[in-house]
Amino acid sequence: MSVDITGAEILFRLPLGIVITETQVNMWIVMLVIAMLCKYLTSNLKIKPEGKRQVIAEYIVNLANKFIKDNMGPGFKNFPPFIAALFSISLFSSLLGLLGMYPPTADLNTTLGWAVVVFILILYYKFKTNGFGGYFKGLMEPLPILAPFNLIGEFSTPISMAIRLFGNISTGVVISALVYAALAWLSGVVFQWLPGTLANIPYLQLGLPAILSLYFDIFSSVLQSFVFCMLTILYISQASTKE
Amino acid sequence: MMEKAIVLAACAIGAGISMLGGIGPGIGEGYAVGKACEAIGRQPESKGEVTTTMLMGCAVAETTGLYSLIIGLLLIFVAPITFLNRL
Repeated sequence: MSVDITGAEILFRLPLGIVITETQVNMWIVMLVIAMLCKYLTSNLKIKPEGKRQVIAEYIVNLANKFIKDNMGPGFKNFPPFIAALFSISLFSSLLGLLGMYPPTADLNTTLGWAVVVFILILYYKFKTNGFGGYFKGLMEPLPILAPFNLIGEFSTPISMAIRLFGNISTGVVISALVYAALAWLSGVVFQWLPGTLANIPYLQLGLPAILSLYFDIFSSVLQSFVFCMLTILYISQASTKE
Repeated sequence: MMEKAIVLAACAIGAGISMLGGIGPGIGEGYAVGKACEAIGRQPESKGEVTTTMLMGCAVAETTGLYSLIIGLLLIFVAPITFLNRL
């Protein structure tokens, strides 16, 4: 019984030491799918919606606007596109695991990149509300000795966000691989008595992995994408209230 | 040969110990779900909001368990190779 669990495979190497991995190629596929979906939904818009397409597009846009308004309050009119983009790319790249492809969010590089973007946004809003000096003064509270701990707390935000998403998705990938290997071994033992090549077919791999996939691929992806966006919203609206 | 055996055994035992971290999120999430059930029982009309908040909190509470799982996976799949190469 052999289990091979690997990270993203290196597909090809460019000069200057640039490496193109499976993560990047799958991410390009996701970006292409989302761009085509947007183009399909928003083409041929009318003032009075005629087809189903425009109704769906308006529903999604209204949902994003309402979500931001409920959770961040007024004054964040430019946020729905960012949050919706983050949610859709996170959701689609996690759902890629359903097709048996390597989900880009199972790579720490992807999630850490998003978390760094969010962290820069949070810092920007903190500087904007408290000023440059006020921010560093806030780190000295309640005592100047505690400044290192405040600094660690500040930098643990992007790391915990990145590892939360990465951990959930990559755990799903690893556990699915382990279950597949175990079921292949078990069905090899149970169906040993069948003649010829019939014994080599892993019959027990039918059924059970589907339930696991339902949890790890669908439920976990949707929930973790939602949590990532929700935490972004919470941190940013927290950063933009004056202390 | 003996050194290799010790390294492999230590990695496996360490992975097992690191999974003790799964206890915390289990207790915490169970407590959260119990409280959510109480809240729904008291006010059945607020079921949707309570469920959303509870799932959100559960996903956040799950993180510490995932950290320990990642440590365990690293100890099983990554650590033996790096340590054995160093011997």
